[in-house]
Amino acid sequence: MPHIVSIAVSILFDGLAYAMFLFITSVGLSVTMGLMNFVNLAHGAFAMAGGYIVVTLTRSSGVDFVPALIIAAVTVGAASVPFERYLYRRLYKATDLEQVLLTIGLAFMAIAVFTYFYGPIPKSVPLPRWLQGDVNLGFRAFPSYRAFLIVLGAALIAVLWYAFERTNIGAKIRAAVDNRRMAESVGINVDRLFTLTFALGSALAALGGGLAIQLFGLTPSFAVIYLVLFLIVVAVGGLGSLKGTLLAALILGVFDTAGKYLLADAGGFFIYAVTVLVLLVKPAGFYGRE
Amino acid sequence: MDASETQAVLSARSAARARAADYLARRHRFRWPECLPWLLAIAAFFLLPDRMTFGAQVLIMVMFALSLDLILGYAGIVTLGHAAFFGVGAYTVGLLIARLGYTEPISSLCAAAMVAALIGFGTGWFLLRYRGLTLLMLTLATAIMLQETGNLRSDISGGYDGLPGLTIAPLFGIFQYDLYGHVNYLYVLGVLGLIFFFVRRIVYSPFGQALTGIRENVRRMHAIGSPVHRRLVTVYTIAAAIAGVAGALFTQTNAYVTLAVFDFDVSAKVMVMLILGGTGRLYGAFAGAVVYMVLEDYFSKMSPTFWQFGIGLLLVLTVLFAPRGILGLIEGASGRAARRAGP
Repeated sequence: MPHIVSIAVSILFDGLAYAMFLFITSVGLSVTMGLMNFVNLAHGAFAMAGGYIVVTLTRSSGVDFVPALIIAAVTVGAASVPFERYLYRRLYKATDLEQVLLTIGLAFMAIAVFTYFYGPIPKSVPLPRWLQGDVNLGFRAFPSYRAFLIVLGAALIAVLWYAFERTNIGAKIRAAVDNRRMAESVGINVDRLFTLTFALGSALAALGGGLAIQLFGLTPSFAVIYLVLFLIVVAVGGLGSLKGTLLAALILGVFDTAGKYLLADAGGFFIYAVTVLVLLVKPAGFYGRE
Repeated sequence: MDASETQAVLSARSAARARAADYLARRHRFRWPECLPWLLAIAAFFLLPDRMTFGAQVLIMVMFALSLDLILGYAGIVTLGHAAFFGVGAYTVGLLIARLGYTEPISSLCAAAMVAALIGFGTGWFLLRYRGLTLLMLTLATAIMLQETGNLRSDISGGYDGLPGLTIAPLFGIFQYDLYGHVNYLYVLGVLGLIFFFVRRIVYSPFGQALTGIRENVRRMHAIGSPVHRRLVTVYTIAAAIAGVAGALFTQTNAYVTLAVFDFDVSAKVMVMLILGGTGRLYGAFAGAVVYMVLEDYFSKMSPTFWQFGIGLLLVLTVLFAPRGILGLIEGASGRAARRAGP
């Protein structure tokens, strides 16, 4: 295979795997922000908490990686409900600024707590044998873990798409994102709907956090460093749009990977340049409402 | 309408404008309690002579928070990238010294203010059309892109190692910077004083009232024909220049600068200080920066982790229970006391 094609395939493959991580972690944030217009800067902290649960389960309790991911997602999803009920709910009608401050305060506290218990050194996670090494797709071998990410991401997209577009609850969510007052006046309990989507979004964030360990390593500052990426995906995709989040994750994932492959020095620059360009042209993101 | 009528309308308009400015100036005449922070700052110079470098850093953060108060507290622009201008100012001075060998402090400050204002004007012109999450992300991206640019040209900027060991010429060609930072403290205090009275004038001018109007109800300001975008860009440029001066003083005080000045942490920190003190009330920047810096100095030596938890908790508690900051709490308490003592 010619060199240039080989690089292009690598970029596409790694970019796709990265995009899946971005999508899984950001989609919950997008839907909750679309529903309540709530700027949640603590979303990364939920992802980080999920990551540390996976680390603890696999390292100390000997649970396998995949069950550990599921346990982490369920635990964080359940644990996020009281936060929504008792803290976030007070600020739905508050200004952007107050929401930013409350949630960044929560993120700082979470970082401190996890630094206290786990230390600032990056953690890794033991993978099962079938996720190590490469998988051969006939014309070329790919790292199994990234292939797993892509397959998992595709499966989740299918499930979420079905839930969003074809079920009763999905229709209610879409209605509430479109016009909250109208949805309430036809009898949809938007508060309960929001609690549900918030828990689901946090669970997906925790799943993303667990999946990220193998890609980037896990430190407590994960909560803030990657938060910027999730917010970018949400802003570029458009609040509350599944399609937009996916498109944004794909574009940013592939662009960022390409930037890092081709221009290692300017690597970090690309993703922000793309973000600024998109937002200057479409301030509400790809599929957001103006 | 002939020329004399136009003339009459214009002069009536400017008379009305002058009356408004005059009214505001009279209403916000300088009162004696406002001397208090300055007296404290001077007292600190005599009482804590061995903590002057720290003192100068506190004053710099006061100035930085003050610049944020102009755009956040008065105009209501929520930004996550104010460090961009602090960093630009810091690097202007750093590069002047390290790459061009230009060490005169005061003209360097002016240069820093101008470069920061230019970048503030350029980015503000584009960004201030947006609100909410989009604006947050765009301001954040601005700061990060500046940092990445610095990283890209690390041959000029020194990269993440920064520019260490900068030397500065004596102030006015006379006062040599001493090891204990005594000269520097007074220098920073002097610059802060000038900038504070400039900001105070802006805030209590018709322009400042228009900014508050934009913060409170932007639609109504559009409806009465206020040039909203132009006002926002103007105040953003001014705030950028002041943040640039703060950054320049930061470089001069520390005699080094690294790309960490562009960090998200810096933008977050200054916002926390301002919120803690109270937004939109001028002296909030003083109260917040002093309380924050002293607490940080004390607790982060004890345990940085503990301190980070403390800031987080402080933020959550401020938002939930004291949304108007320390000064808001004091005003509330004195208001209650006055009512109780009243008729």
